Amino acid sequence: MNRLEKHLREVKLRDEKAAIFFITAGDPSLKETFNIMLHLAENGADCIELGMPFSDPIADGPVIQRSTLRALKQNVRLEDILKLVQQFRKKSPAPVVVMGYYNPIIRYGVDRFIQDCVSSGIDGLIIADLPYEEGEDIEKICKENNTSLIYLLAPDIDPKRTRAIVRASSGFIYCVAHYSTTGTHKQNDDKVLPQTIKSLQDMTDLSVALGFGISSLEKAKELSRLADGIIIGSWLIQELESATDKAECAANFVNNVKAAINNHRGKLFSVKREC
Amino acid sequence: MRKKGYFGQFGGQFVPELLMPALYELEEGFNTIGQSPEFKDELTDLLHNYAGRPTPLYFAKRLTEKTGGAKIVLKREDLNHTGSHKLNNCLGQVLLAHKMGKKNIIAETGAGQHGVATATVCALMGLNCQVYMGVEDIKRQQLNVLRMRLLGAEVTPVTSGTQTLKDATSEAMRAWISTVKHTQYVLGSVVGPHPFPLMVREFQSIIGREVREQITRFGLDEPDVIVACVGGGSNAIGIFFPFFHSNAELVGVEAGGYSERIGDNAASINYGKVGVFHGEKSYFLQDENGQIIPAHSVAAGLDYPGVGPEHAYYAESGRASYVTVTDAEAIAAFKLLSHTEGIIPALESAHAVAHAVKIAADMQKEKMVLINLSGRGDKDSQSLQTEEGRA
Repeated sequence: MNRLEKHLREVKLRDEKAAIFFITAGDPSLKETFNIMLHLAENGADCIELGMPFSDPIADGPVIQRSTLRALKQNVRLEDILKLVQQFRKKSPAPVVVMGYYNPIIRYGVDRFIQDCVSSGIDGLIIADLPYEEGEDIEKICKENNTSLIYLLAPDIDPKRTRAIVRASSGFIYCVAHYSTTGTHKQNDDKVLPQTIKSLQDMTDLSVALGFGISSLEKAKELSRLADGIIIGSWLIQELESATDKAECAANFVNNVKAAINNHRGKLFSVKREC
Repeated sequence: MRKKGYFGQFGGQFVPELLMPALYELEEGFNTIGQSPEFKDELTDLLHNYAGRPTPLYFAKRLTEKTGGAKIVLKREDLNHTGSHKLNNCLGQVLLAHKMGKKNIIAETGAGQHGVATATVCALMGLNCQVYMGVEDIKRQQLNVLRMRLLGAEVTPVTSGTQTLKDATSEAMRAWISTVKHTQYVLGSVVGPHPFPLMVREFQSIIGREVREQITRFGLDEPDVIVACVGGGSNAIGIFFPFFHSNAELVGVEAGGYSERIGDNAASINYGKVGVFHGEKSYFLQDENGQIIPAHSVAAGLDYPGVGPEHAYYAESGRASYVTVTDAEAIAAFKLLSHTEGIIPALESAHAVAHAVKIAADMQKEKMVLINLSGRGDKDSQSLQTEEGRA
């Protein structure tokens, strides 16, 4: 069990709901991302999902596409993201996973990347265009390095395949609320979704987190009740886009979400300050 | 072993999880409905009586004389209904979607030929059709946009990224993720995740199978060389695959664009590196950080930074060779074929003509070079004029 799994288990044991926040590394700059990460952690983010920008993010909706473009304009590379987390680790123990597309990782070297993730303090990875069927090799490398490989799962799929994906997963189970790209507001199926989550929870001790299209405190509340936690990306990025003080915006955002889903703020990660 | 749909080390299914159920459903449909005698009979009937197949195998006498070497023969896919080989695949895929009970079809298009072919078959079968097309391509392929709209399709302009085929494909995939239960994505080339490369090959192989019968007229079993242009590579696979176990030399022609510099061309096998993109492992134009680089070609249908996995496999194994032809050479061949044979080729196909003429000149007169003339060039007349103005 690594830091991520341990932390999520503690949250579950406290009967609280976990809140996972996605931001893109390098949007609007690596320096700002660093500040935002610190404020997310300090105010109770249970995990930070750090987006690694890719030229053609086919699983993402317009908000994350825009965010990706801004980061690519800064020429953000995987090397920079590894360094960013290294710096962050000096200040905070909050779990961090990276999320991206497969091609830049292949270019970097899959083995080398996972080893460098470990030494930088990254706890897991999500690869948007790597379904379970293609993941065998990378699963092995992740396991050897005690790094989580988080697969996405959709409601209403073949139960046999669901079981296989759950068995291959580590870190947490990322369940998608509905069929769409990220940031799309769509009504989720009132019957299918709770059933899916219930059956996932019966299959595994890992936390089940729900994501895609959470864009209000009401929705956050509603979906967190169904699962062990929620993942918020596009909504946060949209708030950050228009904020002048982005770190403060991130802090308030986490506070509001945590308060909404737990009726209190939960455990906070203390951040080391120089002065 | 969980992996499926590989050609050597290339291919696979690298898509977001949300598309996996749809790929399973499509594979199942293709393996059952798609292999049934009823489906095959209906498709054959459409190919003959609707598309006008078989397309002729034509000996280009004046072009041969002018070149002064091997006989040059043209497989006339330009005479297929809608003006290119693209219809072969659309008839197959849309008929399959129809039989699988899908009411909505989405497709991507570059030059507009695949969009027109998809819109055509959707009109024929009474299905809703939405085509994603880059704004840049909409500008340079006005005629095909008009045709798609006439055929009742909705053309959705894509404004993301480079606004060409790469982005249209990404956007079509995004749209499919959101509508997956009632919609079928009809992919236009031998690219993307399994089962598309396999399925598109099967539907395009009619080209090569016809050639096998037609070539006996010349007292031959096979030509010495087969030349076809390669963007994603569907027309090339369609003519290569039935000759895989033959002595014919197979040559794919990639778009060399302005130069060898990355970003100036669309030659993924020649100038790209192995990677994963749009659902498949293959060769892609990319920078040192693995970001996909926009392609360039004067031919909108070749303007794609990747290539089908089966071509990557043919290239690696040496079964086929892949060469490049520049924009300027393709334009010269476009004019040459128009003047000598009265056939205006698509700029895509003109790449194959350019290379075929180059090699035929150095071959003996008894030898034969076969060109897959994948489409006609009416659609290119306007953009060619612009290109000339720039030169």
